[in-house]
Amino acid sequence: METLLEILKELHPEVDFENCDTLIDDNVLDSFDIITIIAEISSEYDVNIPAEEIVPENFNSAKALYALIKRLSDE
Amino acid sequence: MQYNVLEYLERTVQEFPDKIAYANESTGITFREVYNQARAIGTFLSKKGVYKQPVVVFMNKCPEAVAAFFGVVYGGDFYVPIEEEMPRFRIQLILNNLNPRAIICDQASKKVMDTFHFGGEVYIYDEMVVTSIDEDALGRIRETAIDTDPIYVIYTSGSTGIPKGVVACHRSVIDYIESLSEVLGVDQNTVFGNQTPFCFDASLKELYSTIKAGATTYIIPKNLFMFPVKLVEFLNRYQINTVCWVVPALTMISALGTLDKTKPECLRTIAFGSEVFPIKQFNLWRRALPDAQFINLYGPTEATGMCCYFKVDRPFEEGEVLPIGRPFKNTEIILLDQNNRVPARGELGEICVRGTSLTLGYYKAFDKTYEVFVQNPLNNAYPENIYRTGDLGRYNDRGELVFVSRKDHQIKHMGHRVELGEIEVNVNMIEGIKSACCVYDEEGKKIVLFFVGEASEKEVAATLRERLPRYMLPNRIEVLEVMPLTTNGKIDRKSLKEQINAKKKEK
Repeated sequence: METLLEILKELHPEVDFENCDTLIDDNVLDSFDIITIIAEISSEYDVNIPAEEIVPENFNSAKALYALIKRLSDE
Repeated sequence: MQYNVLEYLERTVQEFPDKIAYANESTGITFREVYNQARAIGTFLSKKGVYKQPVVVFMNKCPEAVAAFFGVVYGGDFYVPIEEEMPRFRIQLILNNLNPRAIICDQASKKVMDTFHFGGEVYIYDEMVVTSIDEDALGRIRETAIDTDPIYVIYTSGSTGIPKGVVACHRSVIDYIESLSEVLGVDQNTVFGNQTPFCFDASLKELYSTIKAGATTYIIPKNLFMFPVKLVEFLNRYQINTVCWVVPALTMISALGTLDKTKPECLRTIAFGSEVFPIKQFNLWRRALPDAQFINLYGPTEATGMCCYFKVDRPFEEGEVLPIGRPFKNTEIILLDQNNRVPARGELGEICVRGTSLTLGYYKAFDKTYEVFVQNPLNNAYPENIYRTGDLGRYNDRGELVFVSRKDHQIKHMGHRVELGEIEVNVNMIEGIKSACCVYDEEGKKIVLFFVGEASEKEVAATLRERLPRYMLPNRIEVLEVMPLTTNGKIDRKSLKEQINAKKKEK
């Protein structure tokens, strides 16, 4: 989780990623962020997020995103 | 001969009155509705005595906003599209530049507009469109209109921190739309999927081609450009066959592996622009849609949208560059070297545009206008303007024009044109900042801001968020103890770039 929070903080130092669960609904993240996050996750966690998992539910909070990473790396 | 862009709408409404012109997921308006609503708005403005004035359209991105644009033109005025996503600071700068007498809002955006400072009136779209149409008044406005009258002002990044308003007239838009529709092959069966915001000239392609040919434009929700599978589903649901998108919107789909899972089944014309299409991504698209026509478009806002095109006619391999090809009909591209002479074939020169497609210049900024709209140095016989793009290009062995780089600190980022200087000016305005410099990491496609001063990265990021559009926000911010300087005392950008590259290697 620490690594993921670092990735997110680098993008938006002013956002409280520990608690925000409306990253998509409130337009905190944009398409550029999503692409950057996916690329960083791929290099840091060695996990490739497939296109069909790139949906709002998985990106609305750091927690949801971390759950996705865990799920994909277990598979 | 056509003198007015509204003639497109007036011809098409005869032929396809009940066809949907503009739509989104929840609503659509027919050509007849566009025509009637636009004329009601024109009548309303005329009654209020708003004539030959800039009229701001500040509405949610929806089909009615397009009718509002044409309504402003019916009133003999010119429209200025502004979107709520623009930061407050920037909107205020634009309002200061325009000092508009009239602003068109919807119910929701009016509340936002009321918090700004300006002297004019706010009118609500829904209240304007119930005005009964005064044919005589509209007729008088049309009779005195000429084709060099302005129809819109679109704002673009300015290196001094103040956005520049590009003013375009009927003639340049007609010239552009005629050539563009021919290149794209637009007809009544065309179904556009619009991606670009209405406050950029890029959206002219769909908005005007639609009224010219009786086509249909679907406005794609912005949110879908984060979620590629949903985006492709949208294209398929509405049978969209033509797109003119910025390159990052297309690479978002291909880079995330979407095309292996699902394909935009109906797409047959894919035009793209704003920046160089990476060949690896381009080839993923071509493989997925081998029968589609891919068209690379190039052009500055100052020359009314696009001025060059290249229809991809052969395979490209990684390492090669897609050319920007050749100019549209009735436009000439001149390359000029540092001595204002035409360079030898294959040599680098600044891309300059000559033709009717040139816009009128920048709104209330004569000095800025004269810097780039200049006398053609190859013509010493009579006045003739060309527009100096600041882009450097050359011709390849096949005689196709190729974009090479910029001659200044303007970059293309996330499909938008950004002056790094504009970001720096805004950073320097923050209290406690001693020095700031932005560098573009082309490989990582990131704007990196370096600064020296008392403020924290967090404070700087938060302040910039209030002042600059999303696409201008630095992707990384770094505090430095001292700013590296060159021997003649300027900020050493090269050394900053090297710092970025060194950091990458560490990783």
